[in-house]
Amino acid sequence: MLIINNLKASIEGKSILKGISLDIKPGEIHAIMGPNGSGKSTLAAVLAGREDIEITEGTVTYLGKNLLEMTAEDRAKEGIFLGFQYPIEIPGVSMVNFMKTAVNEHRKHKGLDPLSASDFLKMMREKKELVEIDSKLANRSVNEGFSGGEKKKNEIFQMAMLEPKLAILDETDSGLDIDALRIVANGVNKLKRPDNSFIVITHYQRLLDFIVPDVVHVLYDGRIVKTAGKELALELEEKGYDWIKKEIENNVTT
Amino acid sequence: MEKDQDKIISDVTTSEYKYGFYSDIEMDRIPKGLNEDVVRLISVKKNEPEWLLDFRLKSYRHWLTMKMPTWPNLKIAPINYQDIIFYAAPKERKNLNSIDDIDPELKKTFDKLGIPLQEQKHLAGVAVDAVIDSVSIKTTFKETLAEMGIIFCSFSDAVKEYPDLVKRYMGSVVPYTDNFFATLNSAVFSDGSFCYIPKGIRCPMELSTYFRINSANTGQFERTLLIADEESYVSYLEGCTAPSRDENQLHAAIVEIVAEKNAEVKYSTVQNWYPGDKEGKGGVYNFVTKRGMCKGESSKISWTQIETGSAITWKYPSCILRGDNSVGEFYSVAVTNNYQQADTGTKMTHIGKNTRSTIVSKGISAGHGQNSYRGLVKVLKNATNARNYSQCDSLLLGDKCGAHTFPYLEVDNSTAIVEHEATTSKIGEDQIFYCNQRGISTEDAIGLIVNGYAREVINKLPMEFAVEAQKLLQISLEGSVG
Ligand SMILES: Nc1ncnc2c1ncn2[C@@H]1O[C@H](COP(=O)(O)OP(=O)(O)OP(=O)(O)O)[C@@H](O)[C@H]1O
Ligand SMILES: [Mg+2]
Repeated sequence: MLIINNLKASIEGKSILKGISLDIKPGEIHAIMGPNGSGKSTLAAVLAGREDIEITEGTVTYLGKNLLEMTAEDRAKEGIFLGFQYPIEIPGVSMVNFMKTAVNEHRKHKGLDPLSASDFLKMMREKKELVEIDSKLANRSVNEGFSGGEKKKNEIFQMAMLEPKLAILDETDSGLDIDALRIVANGVNKLKRPDNSFIVITHYQRLLDFIVPDVVHVLYDGRIVKTAGKELALELEEKGYDWIKKEIENNVTT
Repeated sequence: MEKDQDKIISDVTTSEYKYGFYSDIEMDRIPKGLNEDVVRLISVKKNEPEWLLDFRLKSYRHWLTMKMPTWPNLKIAPINYQDIIFYAAPKERKNLNSIDDIDPELKKTFDKLGIPLQEQKHLAGVAVDAVIDSVSIKTTFKETLAEMGIIFCSFSDAVKEYPDLVKRYMGSVVPYTDNFFATLNSAVFSDGSFCYIPKGIRCPMELSTYFRINSANTGQFERTLLIADEESYVSYLEGCTAPSRDENQLHAAIVEIVAEKNAEVKYSTVQNWYPGDKEGKGGVYNFVTKRGMCKGESSKISWTQIETGSAITWKYPSCILRGDNSVGEFYSVAVTNNYQQADTGTKMTHIGKNTRSTIVSKGISAGHGQNSYRGLVKVLKNATNARNYSQCDSLLLGDKCGAHTFPYLEVDNSTAIVEHEATTSKIGEDQIFYCNQRGISTEDAIGLIVNGYAREVINKLPMEFAVEAQKLLQISLEGSVG
């Protein structure tokens, strides 16, 4: 599904990603953990196509295509979804209008006719129930005045509406209460199919109790320094990142 | 990504101003320049009565004593009035009785603009007065309206057929001494629309005037007079376009509205004069005086404007709230892209008791555009319980443009309640990226955001024009975020 090979990227001349390789197969869930500032969100943004990040080396192949050549909106329409760590507020644009435009752009891309207003509203209703989002939120402007947790749930709602092939969730669990965490996790699990994949960026092992990853990676200083099964998350929760840092330093010195 | 940006830029440079074409119509033009003889010549061309010539001459002489105002927040290149043609009209054919007598080239022009000169069934909700350069060439549905006693005709026809009405009301809201450009207009105005709604009549269709500048080096000076008698209602819309030209063209119009007791007038403008090119070359100078008088008690005048065109806009549709309980409204969206400048707003003068006014101004600046809101809320001594609510918002796209607000308040009555709110926001790259990530293109994202921002104003437009206005907004901002 997604093959990242030796990806290096910098922002304003500062090198942030320093050679990342990943191979994500259909149906897999990969968790990415790592200390603050290690480059997790930057990686997510590169995959989603943000233009202010300069790719200096490496390749990314998505469903056999060169991802780095595609515009952000084409990537979205080809099935890449990014759940933002900090969802953006768009005052004056209603969720309904925003989602209708997005859904119909996706449909156009697939050669389908736009949904009728009633079909669209029906779809909204179904997905709202699926992610247990408050009905009222959908009538407000995109993320405007939403609480931190509501914004995160809204990301999952949008994911449910757009049914992506590859969903990248950047700390969607941060700022959620226990119930919301369960709802978000349920949302993900209900959308899980053998042919779609998830990248779940998180700091907390508790999310991974609900969403069970196939692989856990640790990103540190722009590199993936450790890859293991889901027990790695538990180990990190217990011991923090210091031992990994030490391991790396030892590797460098030896 | 670079490629994408190039594409957007090339899209924009090719999707030029849609109405920039020029039509080769046989024209009657007078020589360039302005002096008393020119004023007389215009009057002769129009076969006017003595009293109107006197009005023109009085105005012209007064104009000579005036100076162009310098207070607007605008950079205006000097205007050489001797270099402007003050009258240009399509050559008249004899016996212009039916639509078939109109120059086919003219008809084609209006077809191209999407303005129906023929009374078409599917457009039965809109009556049109079409004005090209200095004259009105056709008013539709005149007869249908006449059956209800509604007068809707060109200003010139009104002078001939309803001189008493014209004499009574012309200059009663905007006196000939009002300001530099209004005074100039009073001297040289050529044509425009006239409308009278009799007592107790609700005008059953939208009335609209469509203004087109076609000739080069020509100024357009139209004058519109709209009178709503007691208990009447009318909704009126004007639209305007001009060919793309390298030189600036002057448009100095006057609109006067009078609303008698319990009358309501809704006046909407979709202004799309040629804005000049990407480098700021050419474009129309849109220096317009619009004012309504709520003369009778409980009368109401509502201005709605979507200003997307013109190189420079200088315009303050205002209300004089003289009748007790009268209501004035001003809803505006003004866009400045590339090198466009706008200094626009309103003046609400509360004279009567319990008068209310609402001001909603939404400025949108992109490129190197400069957008100023200028508003005055004035409450006179006897205007007890006057209320005003003003909201003026600015939206910025990019960081080379500017937004400015100049709200003025003069309150001489302590019972007045005046509220003012202002916000400035920016379309951020973050917002665009968020939309892109959901599969929405940059152009569509800007369209969504801008239309969301302007919705409150667009909703005030007659339904038939709201969709057009939305599209226009999006087009006028194309390429403003790369
Ligand atoms: N626009 C920017 N300009 C300069 N530096 C940036 C920019 N965006 C990110 N960075 C830097 O890149 C590094 C990686 O940031 P990133 O947001 O990817 O970290 P993260 O792993 O997601 O951290 P967190 O766990 O706190 O979310 C940080 O040092 C950050 O300061
Ligand atoms: Mg992050």
